[in-house]
Amino acid sequence: MRISTNTCRFASALAVLLCGILATGAAATGQSETQTKSTAAKLATQAAPAQAQPWKKIAIPPLHDFKPQQPKRIELANGLVIFLQEDHQLPFINGRILIRGGSRDEPATKIGMISMYGEAWRTSGSSTKSGDALDSELAVKAANIETGGEEANTTIGWSCFKQDFDSVFGEAADLLLHPAFKVEKLAIAQRNMATGIARRNDDPGSIADREAIKLAYGKDSPYARQAEYATVNAVTVDDLKAWHDRSVVANNLIVSLVGDFDSTQMEAKLRKVFEPLARGIAIQAPKSDFPGPKPGVYFADKEDVNQSTVILVGAGILRNNPDYYAISVMNEVFSGGFGSRVVQNVRTKLGLAYSVGGNLGSQYDYPGIFGAEAGTKSVSTVAATKAILEEIGRLKTDPPTPAELKKAKDDVMNSFIFRYDKPEKILNEQVTLAFYGYPSDFLEKYKDGIARVTAADVTRVANKYIDVSKLAILVVGNKTQIQPPLTGLGTVTDLDITIPSAPGKPGAAVGK
Amino acid sequence: MSRMVSLLLTLVMGWSVAARAQDMTQVLAGFEKRTTVKVLPNGLTLIVCERPEAPVFSFYTLVDAGSANDPEGASGLAHMFEHIAFKGTTEIGTTNYPAEKVALTRLEAAYSAYDAEVRKRVGQDANRLATLKKAFEDAQTAAQKFVVPNQFAELAEENGAVGLNASTGEDSTQYFWSMPSNRLELWAYMESGRIGKPVAREFYKERDVVQEERRMRTDSDPIGAMVEQFLATAYVAHPYRVPTVGWESEISQVNATEAAAFHAKYYVPSNIVVAVVGDLKAADTMPMLEKYFGAIPPGPKPEPMTTIEPPQFAEKSLVIREATQPFYLEGYHRPDYRDPDDAVYEAIADIFSNGRTSRLYKSLVRDQKIAADAEGFSGFPGDKFPGLFAFYAVPVPGHTPDEMRDAIHKEIEKLKTTDVTDEELEMFKTRSRADLLRGLDDNEGLAQQLADYQTRFGDWRELFRKLDRIDKVNKADIRRVANQSFVENNRTSSRIEFTQPTQATQAAGGAK
Repeated sequence: MRISTNTCRFASALAVLLCGILATGAAATGQSETQTKSTAAKLATQAAPAQAQPWKKIAIPPLHDFKPQQPKRIELANGLVIFLQEDHQLPFINGRILIRGGSRDEPATKIGMISMYGEAWRTSGSSTKSGDALDSELAVKAANIETGGEEANTTIGWSCFKQDFDSVFGEAADLLLHPAFKVEKLAIAQRNMATGIARRNDDPGSIADREAIKLAYGKDSPYARQAEYATVNAVTVDDLKAWHDRSVVANNLIVSLVGDFDSTQMEAKLRKVFEPLARGIAIQAPKSDFPGPKPGVYFADKEDVNQSTVILVGAGILRNNPDYYAISVMNEVFSGGFGSRVVQNVRTKLGLAYSVGGNLGSQYDYPGIFGAEAGTKSVSTVAATKAILEEIGRLKTDPPTPAELKKAKDDVMNSFIFRYDKPEKILNEQVTLAFYGYPSDFLEKYKDGIARVTAADVTRVANKYIDVSKLAILVVGNKTQIQPPLTGLGTVTDLDITIPSAPGKPGAAVGK
Repeated sequence: MSRMVSLLLTLVMGWSVAARAQDMTQVLAGFEKRTTVKVLPNGLTLIVCERPEAPVFSFYTLVDAGSANDPEGASGLAHMFEHIAFKGTTEIGTTNYPAEKVALTRLEAAYSAYDAEVRKRVGQDANRLATLKKAFEDAQTAAQKFVVPNQFAELAEENGAVGLNASTGEDSTQYFWSMPSNRLELWAYMESGRIGKPVAREFYKERDVVQEERRMRTDSDPIGAMVEQFLATAYVAHPYRVPTVGWESEISQVNATEAAAFHAKYYVPSNIVVAVVGDLKAADTMPMLEKYFGAIPPGPKPEPMTTIEPPQFAEKSLVIREATQPFYLEGYHRPDYRDPDDAVYEAIADIFSNGRTSRLYKSLVRDQKIAADAEGFSGFPGDKFPGLFAFYAVPVPGHTPDEMRDAIHKEIEKLKTTDVTDEELEMFKTRSRADLLRGLDDNEGLAQQLADYQTRFGDWRELFRKLDRIDKVNKADIRRVANQSFVENNRTSSRIEFTQPTQATQAAGGAK
């Protein structure tokens, strides 16, 4: 039990002995739709009056009054935006700077650059302090400064006791303004990437996620491209420097802090550091086509598994779509928790899967993915796929019952408080909205929007956005065990998941 | 926010080594004022911790029985029961419990007759088998008529529950979610019902779901499969040798009667601690909580699992040759969590593994450049009973498990012969303190820690007092413990060697 608190990826892989009841629901494609919960089955309405339902007599008093405190927003003359959220519960201060531009903006010949930038930036250190020296200095204070590279942004963040703020923030600012990218630290990042590439076919779930995204966006899309030995080895320290110089400009940055500080004093400290920053060109989302997947059955063979991972892949939506609310409710009805249709039918009723779920996903500034997924024993691959397809089809033909609709909405509304029950959550929400240029009242509007959704809306959006004939069916599994064969689902295209080797020996280019 | 914590934590800032014990005493004093423990007449322990910051609460129910308590021949039963605990109660999840009860009794009889025929080694009759199978399936259908599937989880979800889940480990089983605080009484009704009068409905379908869980986590995951073999090698007598999820054949044989017996024996109030943290006042809510949790029938505290793993006297190792990337893991038996040296093992794990200042990172990743990741960690697969202190390393491409082993052994040797530095020891102590503090504003994490420490030490205050033991760890302790534990004859190691697949292995894999 204790080891599950270990933060390490592999140690927690070793701790999988903790077997929870509910596997990740809508995990399919990494299109992290807001976490949602359940809805209902018609069965609930069939409960005979013979059975007493004592819980209905339990009073639910009004929720205690709660006014979440909004962060203070400051925009500097150079375009840099600051959010400050005071939280005096604990003597810590955490900060984060979001910088526009991420892996979707890296050149096709250098895929992996942003990820390695995110690692080597911090491990190299600044012009005045090496990364190694910084490691020791921070560890003594139980503080940290970390950098990272993601799809749409890079980050630098820190966390420290409040009495250490000036020194820790000073180091973080130094790292932001005077980084010293080093060849040997880039080499470590390259080796780590190479390790990831070599291992990417070990786990069927990650093969499936990756291939699903490639099917949805096209393998050369900025949202689906994958790093290879050649693209990783092509990255140089000069590339990292150039990226840094391009992206770290005032109007490309959002700075946010939460913790035990006084906002007025903090504002003054931050102004001093950030006001001298020059403006530059803010990085925009790349232009890209989203044709959606090519329908058909796609298969990746993995002979050492006894379970198939099935993902049905289609096109998703932008989050600012006016149908977003109806789609959110539809997702609840489909897969929002134990009471949802796929869990009820594919897991509970048919016992075909432990992990099952899916949704019509959305993203802030590009279309998400529709994905529905299940892990099922090899011999039930076709049966489970058909069961999910049937549930998808039913979204279009069977409007949610009044009970289903009520439950779907109740799930969202009654758990709504958990979107803002901590000052840090409110801050992060505001930063995300600002980052993508969404209105700051998006969350409140969301609540109202959900309240107005009708059963007819759900059926309408299911018909508008889901076309079963356009879905790609992806299966990762053991060919020798899959009976009846996948041809029962359509024409099968075999996917080649062979890992292209590096020029010369794998890893040779990064050397020792 | 809580004035008390804020005030007291302010005092923590700027501590010196000498002042530490004093500071933590004050933090603890703050918690004393907000935390109430009550052992009910039936033996159940309730902990209420008041955190009125937001109108929400989190609970954590810890049952002091895990897979180490699985009966011989019924591995996976503790975990199976954990799944059953979501199937409802005599009131939730049924349309007519008295009639359902009769149907479930018939179902068990039908299953038992069918199972007896299936297991016959001599004289199995195909016709009789088919008849009995049909009778079992009919009985299943008859019982299913009364089921309102997933009503328990749905009821929680539509009332705003988030993070609803449970987990089973070797040492214990735990249930948890968070809810808006106006649903406290509803939760008390549900949770006490599921502990006191759960119904093992839909048991045989859930068994299939659990088999899928096993396929996902163990059979189709190279690390999961390796860990299972590793533990089965490291232990000869103690139940830590048996996987929590269970062996496939045993999962396929457990029945609802066995699950009910497991519940009757281990889910007695005296074996359970329930912690609730959030927007509730102990003085106002304790009578209500007592009404529900006090109604659970008492039972004798189960006799403890008393098998003691005999001392290992020979080094053991296993080699997995598969088309999976290389990996190295080794473990050494250590005493359980009550051992006076527990904090010393924590120190070793921290110094070896925590971040980029850790020894294994510096040596294997940064300087020798042979691994992408390397750590040492304690309490594997549990620590209620003597577990293992384990080390692992993930080689970068071109490097072998043997190199990982040699590099880890070199670091272990250094630990035995040379004192750790003052700085390393200091970092460990500072981090332990900061980590504890950082977790104090989180209802969910607090509920878990309070329940955990109350179960393990009979007093939640141990959560804070453990820092005293951490502060006492010295360099000589670390050398002594390293020399005691990390010896050849106490070692089990496991490596994955990448081997190209052949037709032969393919056939074997397919012969399920």
